[in-house]
Amino acid sequence: METDVLIIGGGMAAGWAAIAAAQAGARVVVADKGYMGTSGVTAMGGPNHWWVAPDPARRKEAIARQSGKAQGLGDPEWMARILDLTWRYLPSLAPHYPFGSDGAGGTYYSGVRGSEYMRALRLAALEAGVTVLDHHPALELLRDDEGRIAGARGHALRTRQDWEIRSHATILATGGNAFRSGLIGSHTNTGDGQLMAAEAGVALSGMEFGPSWSISPAWASTRTLPYTGAVYYDADGRELDIPPSRAAGHAHNRALGHEMLAGTVLADLSHAPAALRPILRQIQPFTPAPFERRGIDLFRDRFPVKLFGEGTIRGTGGLDLADAECRTSAPGLFAIGDAATRELVAGANSGGGAVNSAWALSSGRVAGAAAARESLKRKSFSAPVHGLGRIAIAPLSAHRAIEASAIHRAVDHAIHGYAHVFTRDEASYAASGERLEAIWGELSAHGQATGAALVSLRETAALVAGARWTIAAARGRKESRGLHQRADYPEASGPTQRQLVSGLETVRIHSQQAEFA
Amino acid sequence: MIAQILADKCNNCAQCVNVCPTFVLDDGPQVPVIARLDACQTCYMCELHCNQDAIFVAPDQFAPEPSADPLPHLGMIRRDHGWDRPGEAGHLDEYRKLGPLLGEGAEIAARRYQAQRRSV
Repeated sequence: METDVLIIGGGMAAGWAAIAAAQAGARVVVADKGYMGTSGVTAMGGPNHWWVAPDPARRKEAIARQSGKAQGLGDPEWMARILDLTWRYLPSLAPHYPFGSDGAGGTYYSGVRGSEYMRALRLAALEAGVTVLDHHPALELLRDDEGRIAGARGHALRTRQDWEIRSHATILATGGNAFRSGLIGSHTNTGDGQLMAAEAGVALSGMEFGPSWSISPAWASTRTLPYTGAVYYDADGRELDIPPSRAAGHAHNRALGHEMLAGTVLADLSHAPAALRPILRQIQPFTPAPFERRGIDLFRDRFPVKLFGEGTIRGTGGLDLADAECRTSAPGLFAIGDAATRELVAGANSGGGAVNSAWALSSGRVAGAAAARESLKRKSFSAPVHGLGRIAIAPLSAHRAIEASAIHRAVDHAIHGYAHVFTRDEASYAASGERLEAIWGELSAHGQATGAALVSLRETAALVAGARWTIAAARGRKESRGLHQRADYPEASGPTQRQLVSGLETVRIHSQQAEFA
Repeated sequence: MIAQILADKCNNCAQCVNVCPTFVLDDGPQVPVIARLDACQTCYMCELHCNQDAIFVAPDQFAPEPSADPLPHLGMIRRDHGWDRPGEAGHLDEYRKLGPLLGEGAEIAARRYQAQRRSV
């Protein structure tokens, strides 16, 4: 199959990129490993978008405030760009998304419910002429003899056939890496695009800023709307000293993590806003189900809770970008949404919620249009091409069975374990790093599979690669800043440095003076 | 995890096979087959997209619960989303309250915490 623009992934950013590229006149193929419309964390959530009217003074003030949160690592020009694009394009979904009332006679645009939002993006993409291939996970990128990324190979799960798509431009929109924490919607968020791009030599930035955690019933990850007013108890009914959810210095999650390490923690939601009870199921229809189906009244009964790690989804890290149109350092390859770094707009802090959604929309629009422009200049497909995938495809030694579920538990523990909730130090990083190196060594030497089993094994490799970059980057930044909190270096230390991490067999760190500090 | 596809309600349209983001289901002769339960993330997307209200997802995401009773819950997710209403008219009119309610909860917790600190 041949196309102008190939988009790998099917979430928010992929949707916006596909629409933009098709509107610019390109032939567009979206290859998603799940279903474009339910894949990834958006469909189960409700993304708010960074939303400021185009009044120069208000925009300037919003950018100044966000730059403060970014702690010297955000780019004000990118911030202005995503405010502008979000304001212009989010309302364009109106033919497919039933925007609600703003309560004052107008339309409420900035917050959208995930299942309807993702459905709308799929419909808009199809209407624009995009070819959508569901259940088509990509396995590796292709490079031509000019050194340009020229498409991808993968495996179609329903037909059990391998596929190859040649493209003039390729956009990675594979989302962040949740390290298989169980976070709702994130089972597919295994960092596949980051692994593929790293095999093409692309570095990552911002990987040290994260992770964060979100609270849920212990048996199921849900959205967290009813929890902000929660009171917490231990198994003996003693109230726990948990600072409120917006307390400074991540004190809320740190205290919860500390208590969960010690034993069962129960939540009491009876203090939640009275106005929430009658409308919770209308606003977040997935939230009541895990309780009702267990016969629990969530606003009356106490129930055990768990922190689910959010990996790089609410963290900041991802593929480093080479220009303002989301090109990576590999010619022909773009990265958008959570697959890309959000350091440009979130800096050292989480862009979770509004800023990351505006980033997904805007990076998608920008890259989609640029990829279309670039691809329409290219006429023929040059041969030959080479697959860049190595790990799990071509092992260094004899094939041996890999115990994936044990690896997934180890990776989640290395990044999200309760002992690590905003309390890490050199010894803790060293222990996690050593464990991850051993796992990578085993995978690299002996991992090999084909078909659907290869899809799974590449996911496992991507989870481990992402964890290695995260630990290496966090270990390299010897200070605390934003989401990166170290017990052994509790203060921010100037001057502000940006940090890149790269490599697969050997992970390397490279620091540079931040441009916007 | 997905627990049941009720044969007496299912018309085998295979929309659930299609929309499942983690490819848990395979096409089957009468109804789709739950083929890869270990990949189920309990996201309820199959229930939401089932026009026949024939699917039941049990609430535990870590362990299967084949004996849970589906009947009181069938179709609830889809109705709560308003997807059963013609044009889904007005069903997102309360959505704007999400952000303010998050904030209100946080303020309740902050006030309570401060009051307790003062009383200690």
